[in-house]
Order: sequence, then structure tokens, then C-alpha cells
Amino acid sequence: MTTEASIPDADDASALLSLADQVVALVQRQDAMHDERIEANVSVTRNRHGLTRFANSFIHQHVGEDTVTVSLTLAVDGRTTSASTTATGADALEGLVDHAVNSAALQPVDPYWPGATPPSPVGPAGSLDPDTANASPDARAELVRDFVVAGDDLRAAGYADTELLQEAFASTAGQRASGATTRATIDGIHQTSGSAGTAHSTATALSALDASAAGRTAADLAVRSQDPVDIDPGEYEVVLGPEAVATVLTFLAVYGFNAKSHLEGGSFAHLGERQFDPAITVLADPTDPRRIGLPFDAEGSPRQRFALVQDGVTSALAHDRRTAKRADTATTGNAIPGGAGIGPVPTDVRMPAGGVPPAQMIASVGRGLLITEFHYVRILDPKTTVATGLTRNGTFLIEDGQVTDAVGNLRFTQSFHEALGDGRVLGVGDDDRYADGEFGAGMVICPSLHLAGWSFTGGARG
Amino acid sequence: MARDAAGDEMFDYARAAVEGALAAGATYADARVVIRREEVIAAQNGEVESVTRAEDAGVGVRALIGSSWGFASTSDLTDRAARRAGDEATATAKASALVPGSGLELADVEVAQDSYQTPHREDPFGVGLDEKVETVVSATRTMSAVDGVAVSTAKLMFWDTDKWFVSSQGHRIRQHIVESGCGMDATAVGEHETQRRSYPQSFGHVGTGGYEIVRGFDLPGNAQRVAEEAVQLLSAAPCPSGELDVILESSQLALQIHESVGHAVELDRILGWEAAFAGTSFLELDQLGDLRYGSELMNITADATIPGALSTFGYDDEGTPAQAVDIVRDGRWVGVLSGRDSAHLAGLPPGGMVRGDGFNRLPMVRMTNVGLEPGDSSMEEIIAATEHGVVMETNRSWSIDDRRLNFQFGCELGWEVVDGTRTRMVKNPTYTGITPRFWASMDMLAGGDEWFPWGVPNCGKGQPMQVGHTGHPAAPARFKAVRVGVKA
Repeated sequence: MTTEASIPDADDASALLSLADQVVALVQRQDAMHDERIEANVSVTRNRHGLTRFANSFIHQHVGEDTVTVSLTLAVDGRTTSASTTATGADALEGLVDHAVNSAALQPVDPYWPGATPPSPVGPAGSLDPDTANASPDARAELVRDFVVAGDDLRAAGYADTELLQEAFASTAGQRASGATTRATIDGIHQTSGSAGTAHSTATALSALDASAAGRTAADLAVRSQDPVDIDPGEYEVVLGPEAVATVLTFLAVYGFNAKSHLEGGSFAHLGERQFDPAITVLADPTDPRRIGLPFDAEGSPRQRFALVQDGVTSALAHDRRTAKRADTATTGNAIPGGAGIGPVPTDVRMPAGGVPPAQMIASVGRGLLITEFHYVRILDPKTTVATGLTRNGTFLIEDGQVTDAVGNLRFTQSFHEALGDGRVLGVGDDDRYADGEFGAGMVICPSLHLAGWSFTGGARG
Repeated sequence: MARDAAGDEMFDYARAAVEGALAAGATYADARVVIRREEVIAAQNGEVESVTRAEDAGVGVRALIGSSWGFASTSDLTDRAARRAGDEATATAKASALVPGSGLELADVEVAQDSYQTPHREDPFGVGLDEKVETVVSATRTMSAVDGVAVSTAKLMFWDTDKWFVSSQGHRIRQHIVESGCGMDATAVGEHETQRRSYPQSFGHVGTGGYEIVRGFDLPGNAQRVAEEAVQLLSAAPCPSGELDVILESSQLALQIHESVGHAVELDRILGWEAAFAGTSFLELDQLGDLRYGSELMNITADATIPGALSTFGYDDEGTPAQAVDIVRDGRWVGVLSGRDSAHLAGLPPGGMVRGDGFNRLPMVRMTNVGLEPGDSSMEEIIAATEHGVVMETNRSWSIDDRRLNFQFGCELGWEVVDGTRTRMVKNPTYTGITPRFWASMDMLAGGDEWFPWGVPNCGKGQPMQVGHTGHPAAPARFKAVRVGVKA
């Protein structure tokens, strides 16, 4: 092993690109030594992450991580292999390349290998807030304090975190790119003895978060969720809050707008068909000024802005260079790390705001439900997008345009794309923001939705 | 990082991290140097899809001050960086004092200086890549040759993990854990549906041990049957709906145990530490020893010593020795999954169930091998004794509420049982229930050779998310009058 202290300084993004170049040079040296053609894509990522967890209204876990990972995808005459390491010394990098060359040489030819990524300009380097990148544990603890005290006698739980992601990419075909982005989140619940309410806030900068406001929102939901009534299973008109909508969009993105799933017949998507209500537009939008992320994907390709759904018509799929080769089209810049199996996944998913305030949606409901968020959603069949899951942290009955009672958590079984189908969308909210779906913060920007029906199949209490 | 060259000098980095934490004011500290290699070989439709090898190495250190753990890690394995990580862990814990709680204390454990290695016959990293590739390629080639199969995949998975653990109380433990596994599936696509069959279970099976685990499952030899069943499902009758007897094969029952028992008895959830994300539990500590969890046939243990099971080790990541803990005895709830801090708070002995995902994650309460002790029946006897029911095989979907009370599972394949005979194949079998009511309805339980320690390699928990490896021994069982066939 090597023990040189070779981790680059966190404030020096060019150091990551130098590491990537160093690995590319090692690959090119191997190429010169062999008769076979050896090519590679190299990514170097640095993740500096601080996370402060609280429960029972005090901080109980407080963690910091600072890890550099070098990832290599290498091909020997089209025979591919991937390898990664957290060791960045010269010996370790040489070993990484040597092992990959030896491993790839034993493989059959990979029919979908598209070659190393060619040069292509990428957009601006990313949304980096230096104060967030260097946020101290004390700064996160202050956010937690503000969230907790907003709940008076309630029990609070959740987290505040700050993250710096730096990445550099280089390929033997000449692509070079680097960027950095920051994210900060306060996410938590307040609890009474029998209820809970939630609030989430995510932005590129810690200073943009209002933890007190989030705490008040969560506390208000918790208090209003006390003494829930049970309702009969069945289909109900619903107003879905942004967090619930974000979960729906994430499932549609991963299972439906994934070109690999589509190529293999497992996606619901029919390009050019009106599969959604005309009110529905869904974008992959790396140009939104609120956006958190890097301007290139795991293959070093620039991320594109495009419509997955435009005015109800399924318009496009997310591609990486592997699926683009199979489908004879161009990548959209949606490769994910280790994505050969899962395939490309849309990122920067955004549903543009409509013009309806959530209060107006509620006022137009005769009898229905207001859903704050979903929990533990799992797909039953990707082709039909039928999924099951539960509501939590704020479910309410709406009667004659008024929120009347809290409702106990409910189980649903529902096709997601059919719920957004033609004639099923009664309103698109004006409250679009980063919403924390089930699979994490900083992934989806969306508003509330008013839908004609949602199928509930039971109560969580049985 | 060449693992072979990394020896006991790794203890020095762990000790430096602990010293750094203590020098900064921690009342207790421990550190783990972890070097982990992972290899995944995947094929699709008769072609290699990916050959991936990942290696991560570094030191993670925990520091305790007052009511909070501070944790820091670095992939820079040097004395200087390890000390700095210890200092940062303590500084982080100190910052928690802004929102303090009651002080955490640790339950006593014997201070061990020991080593442990997973027994295994064949080093999975020593087996030639060409042989591994041929196994997955031939399995998928066979599946794809069956008319109607649109996608076939197979993969082999291996982990080789070295850990060096040091605590401020004097622990010094080295462990070498070897895990191996495999799985495959065939997907048939109809006009409006997909149907999948997996082997040996969804997402594959992983255990502690070497390449002998992969050889034992013989992927190529089972490929034809798996593919044919996927295609047959497209034309199978829908699963009947209503209140029926459900007979779960052992891998589905393993996941049922994982979701409705394993997570529910995690003491950190019961204490509210995971409330915001994973959730809490329907169990309350004052019910321990009294609450009826299930029928008298229900005996659940958390046993980290079962040979070959996925969560078998020598010591957990707090230095507590592996042990067997009763969780449910004769249907009554009697035990929890705990660590040193949560056990002290609850006044219970520590169960040795705290583990972290790699060097850069804070260790937390994790299931060990949480399993159902075998009964004295068999699948054949259970079917023969069933008037009307559905045998359900291989998990397809799972969902459970944040108190681990209301669940809904979908399986890949069902067999309708009528008058003691397995009759027709049915598709899209689902069942739903409430945890203690469901377990109370278990009236027949198999054992013998049908009991198997299934491994689940993809259990998500914690923030930042950690992926845990858990084991769940189980045998087929029957549950009476369960709600079956939930539809959208």
C-alpha cells in the first residue's frame, strides 16, 4: 500500500482534474505498450458531507465525511471493465489501471461499448456556495436548534446537512470537464404523542434555508394531525403536496423515462402519445437557476435540457452513450455511476408550476384528501407503474372545500402514470420548489397537484 | 490499496484516530480502519454487462461527548490524517451541545483483543474471472433462448472486508469477513405487463463464505426452469382475491421477517432515534416480555454465529462479541436489537448488533441473522392440509408503514391450493396484513432441509444512507385467513 498523503485540497478543483489526467496518462501508456486499443473514461469525485441528526429534540449523531474516489471504465478492444478506489497515491492509481487492463482483456467484447467520451463542451461549472462547502458543525447545529425550538413542547427529529460535490472527468478520447456544486438541507418532523408533521427545505446555499419556518410548518402539521379519523378504502380526489408529487415523478423517471427500460420493453412510455393530461409537462432541466448539480454526467457528457413530457405528450427518454448507441440517437447526458445495469436516469427533473394556489385546489374539492407525503413506495409492475405505499406526516380529509379532519396513514395501490392521465389532472400548483421525495433531497423541483382520483386500499392501522 | 500488504500496522492508524479524539476532549472514542473490496460480475441476454471492482479504504472514528456521537472519517491512511479525523469527530460532537439531551452512556462489554476470520473454502477473488464470466453468460444465454423472454440477467457478488478496531477502553480486534453471492432473473414482457422469475431469490442470495456458495446454487442448471416460469406467468390466471390461507416459501418469509420483525425490534427505532426517516416501531419498551407478537410457533432469534449466514461475524463494530439473542419466544416478544448506548438507556445487555457500511459511516443498530427457528412440518404437509390457499414464491415488491405495522407484499409466482392439492399457477400474487395479527395466524411451520439462512444484501437505513447485509433463516409456513389479491 501507499501511505503518501495525496488527497488534493478541497478548495483546489484543478487538483481533481490533474488526478483524472494522471490516470488517463497511465491508460495511454498501457495503450502504447499493447497491440490492442486501450481507451478509458476517468472520473474523480470528492464528497465533503456534514450531517447533523436530531431525535427526541436533541442532536444525537453528528457526522463528517471527506472522501475522494477515482472511478475508471476501461476498454481493451471493446472488452470493458470498471474499477474504483479511494486510494489516490501513484502506486494505487497504477495498480488500478493495471488491474483493469488485465481484467478487461479476459472479457468478451461488450456490444454496447460506445467508445471513450469524445470532446464536447459542457455548461457552467455548477452552483457552488463557498460558505456551504465549508460549513461548520456549529452552523448545522444552529439550524437544528431553530427547527427544534419552533415546536415548543413537541418532539422533533430530522437532519440538517451540507454537501460539497466536486468532480473531474477526463477520457482518452480528449473530453475534459470539471465542476462543483453545493447543497444544504433542513428536513424534519415534529411529533405529538400520536401524530407527526413534516417540513423540508433544500437549496444550494445554507444561508437560503429558514429552519425556523420549516420547524413551524412541521409543528403546525403535527398539531393538526392529532386525533385522526379512519376512512373507508376507495378512490378519492386528492391534493398532493410537492413531496408526494416528487416521489411520483421519481418513479416515473427511474422506471419509465429510462431508455434502457424502454429498449427492453419494461417501460410504460410510448413516445409521441398523449399519455398524460395536457396540464402535465415534465422537464430534465439543468438550466433552472435553483438547480443543484454538475453540468456533466458520469460519462462526462454535457447534461441536456429536454422535455420528458410536453403538454401531456410523452416526448423523450433519458439516454446515456450506451443506450444512445443501441437506439441510434444521441446521449442526453443522463449516465449515472455504475449505470450499465440500471440504465440512464433523468436528473434535474422539474415540473413547471401552474397557476393554482394550493388553497384554491382545496377549496374546489367536494370530498377528498390532502396528502403531504408518501412513504415506502415500491413498484409492483414497471410497465403499468402500479405502485403501493403509504401516506404519512400529514393526511387530511377535505369536505366541501374545507380541511376538516386528520386522517390516519393510508395505504394506496395506484398506477402513477394513469393518475396523471388525460382528464385526471384538475390543477397544477403555483408552489414549485425542491421537494424531498422518498429517495432524497435536491432531485426534483415540482408543485402541488390536484388529481381526480387516487386508489386507497386500506388504513395503516388495519 | 493492496490488501495483502496491509497488516497490523493498520491498528496504528486506528489508535492514532482514537488518541486524536481523546486529546480533543472525547469521553470515549473508537475507530475502525476498513479495507473493503467488492466485485460484481453481471451479464444480460448472453453478453457481459459489467465487470466492476471497487475498493475503499480509510479510517472512521466516533467520539462521544454528552448526548451525541461525533463521527469523522478519512480515506487518507496516514497517522496525521487519522489524528485529524479524531480531532474532527470530537469537535463535531462538541457542536451538538447547542441542542443537548441527556448524557449517553455505554453498557459494559468485555474488553477483547482478538481476531476472527470467516470460514470459507474457496477465495472468491482467487477464482478466475473467465470462469465467473462464463457462469453468468451461460446462465443468461440459456434463459434468453426460451421463447418469450425479453431480458435475462445474472450476477455474482463478492466482498472481502478487513477491519481493525481499537477503542479507548482497550479493544483491539482484527476481522476478515468474506461474503459471496449470486442471482439471476428472467423477464417476460406482455402487451400490458411484465413478469419476472428470479433464482435463488429476488436480488440474489449472499452468505458469508467463499465461491462454494456460488457453485452450490448452480445458476446455469436452473436457468431453463426460471425462464420458462417467467413466460408461463404471462398466461397464468390472476391470483384470486379475498381472505385465503397463504403459504410462504422460505425466501419470501425471510423478507417478511426482515420487514415486520427485524426492523420493528431495532432499539434505536423504538427509542425514536430513526423517527424522521426510517420511522419508529409499533412496539413500546414497557411491553417487552408481555406483548404477544405471534402464534406459539413463532420463535425468533438474532444469531450472529450461524455458519454461512450473511450476518455472521466475530465482533460487531463496537467490539461486542457475536451472540444469539432471543427476540420472540413462543410467540411472546422478549428481546431487541441493540448497541452499547441504546442498551444502556433501556437497561438491557448489549446485543452486539452495531455495524457501519464501510469506513466512512457511523455504525448503527443493524439486524444480524434475525430468523425463525424451524418447525416440524414440511411444505408437502402444509399443502396437503390446506383447503383453499395460495403458495407464494419469491418477493417482487415490499412496502410497510413507518411503525412496521401495515405491510403489503407482492410475489413473483403463486400456486393455488385446493383441497390439499397444488393446482394452477397464478400471477401477481399479493397479500397484506397487520404485523401481530398476521404472525398470530401462523399455524404450520416447516423445518429440516427446508430451513435456510437467506441473506439480504440491500437493507437501507440511516442518514447518510447505509446499505446493510442481513441474514434471515426461515422455512415455509402457513398463515390463516390473510387478505390476498389487493388491486389498484
